[in-house]
Amino acid sequence: MFQKSIPELARGLREGEFSSEELTRGFLDRIGRFDEKLNCVITLTDSAALEAARVADARLKNGDATLLTGIPFLHKDIFCTDGVRTSCGSRMLDNFAAPYDATVTVRLQDAGAVMLGKTNMDEFAMGSSNETSFYGPVKNPWDLQCVPGGSSGGSAAAVAARLAPLATGTDTGGSIRQPAALCGVTGIKPTYGRVSRYGMIAFASSLDQAGPFAASAQDAACMLEVMAGFDPRDSTSIDQPVDAYAGMLDADLSGLTIGLPKEYFGAGLDAGVGAAVQAAIEAYKKLGAQVKEISLPNTSLAVPAYYVVAPAECSSNLSRMDGVRFGYRCEEPKDLEDLYVRSRGEGFGDEVKRRILVGTYALSAGYYDAYYLKAQQVRRLIRDDFVQAFREVDIIMGPTTPGPAFRLGERCDDPVTMYLSDIYTIAVNLAGLPGMSIPAGMVDGLPVGLQLIGDYFAEGRLLNAAHRYQQVTDWHTRLPPGFE
Amino acid sequence: MSLDSEAVSKIAHLARLGVEQSEYETYARNLSDILTFIEQLNSVDTRGVEPMAHPLDASQRLRPDEVTETNQRDRFQRIAPRTAAGLYLVPKVID
Repeated sequence: MFQKSIPELARGLREGEFSSEELTRGFLDRIGRFDEKLNCVITLTDSAALEAARVADARLKNGDATLLTGIPFLHKDIFCTDGVRTSCGSRMLDNFAAPYDATVTVRLQDAGAVMLGKTNMDEFAMGSSNETSFYGPVKNPWDLQCVPGGSSGGSAAAVAARLAPLATGTDTGGSIRQPAALCGVTGIKPTYGRVSRYGMIAFASSLDQAGPFAASAQDAACMLEVMAGFDPRDSTSIDQPVDAYAGMLDADLSGLTIGLPKEYFGAGLDAGVGAAVQAAIEAYKKLGAQVKEISLPNTSLAVPAYYVVAPAECSSNLSRMDGVRFGYRCEEPKDLEDLYVRSRGEGFGDEVKRRILVGTYALSAGYYDAYYLKAQQVRRLIRDDFVQAFREVDIIMGPTTPGPAFRLGERCDDPVTMYLSDIYTIAVNLAGLPGMSIPAGMVDGLPVGLQLIGDYFAEGRLLNAAHRYQQVTDWHTRLPPGFE
Repeated sequence: MSLDSEAVSKIAHLARLGVEQSEYETYARNLSDILTFIEQLNSVDTRGVEPMAHPLDASQRLRPDEVTETNQRDRFQRIAPRTAAGLYLVPKVID
């Protein structure tokens, strides 16, 4: 049952082959069996899940079910869930039971999807390995000595091990696509503004965007249709209708022009990953696509621009964590200053502190123009590179990451090397474009991700291209050994 | 760009962020590495380039100035570390 697609599960539920309660118990059982090894789940909401499953079963009987009614999912612990701990992977929010639901939470609930629990993540989504979590690192199901990627590492590893058929994620610089690649699952980061950020704990507000993880593009399309849409409560939400993604999957790819940015295939790319990506491109040619080499000349500036913009915005966003209204408060503060300084010093981990310090410095008097303004100018140059490229091609493809999953602990002491894990994904956030990662091969037993980048609001096109590839390949169906 | 322990202490104060004195040196080294890395931005000429705040150059949406939220003070204060009589409690500010 755990290897069925979302349309298959929906059919089984409708035809009474199994109930949502049985399905939910099945996945809760898998979490119970495997999560001790993986550490994907911070908070299990098993009794609420079974209750929601019974409600879904009633809905299925009444005939007012949606495609996701009765389907279990795991929710990244960055989305507020009313009355349920929403930790964001931090000691700061370890005691925080959100007093309201995020819009994404409400949309999934309204569709009848069944939340099994909240997934582990890098603290406040700052990390590329899931090692900055207060709750300990997540392990990669393909090799327990390796990282799952980050920041949505718990969600990616959970879907890879089929602890849930679907999971939510957020992506500020690659936090959906990079862990999707390292864990061998499908993940999509939509256009900035496509999915509401209301109730999604803010890291870098001009970059943050939510999206789904699933085994396949088809399943991801089903979930994204529910997550996406205009929300008046998010001032950057885009008021534009959502395409029927699941209905666009089968479109023919002949005549599709794929752009390959030469900067994504240069020095620094692992040879095995490069070969797998080339093989995927060959498969696309057989499907009727044409391939064209393109250039995104400002690619090398994306990571440095990001490490100004993201820390600057995070230092501002995280100032709300002050030990006064919610979250962690230090013991016996001697005055107000001490309350702020110690609550924040004790509540935040090292990487979050580093980024708050970098951001505070970049925004401090006399440095604003040199750092933040300069980075925002470079950001426009990066965006213009993509706009130029999309005049000639329909989709841009390349590797999602420079290499496969790296070993736990390997990059912890070297922030800059860690930041470069996201070298191919960050520019997409700076430009606000949709991007996705799909499994496209293996190197030494570890998955390789193929990245697809689309023009603004071209999520349907990306999912279509991904789906057609997944119909002629089986990388997305592979299970990590030991998780049968 | 290189930062020393004194600079770390100053920035930490601006951020009201507790950093142990024994960690100043590590932070100074990490932050200097990050700032040096960021300096690559200076290799490109950006004269005349409009800074980009929003990828679609969208501007802030306005709404009618009407009350749309109800008062949920008790609900929100239930998760606060310390409250009394509807107020958030902090250490005494004025003697």
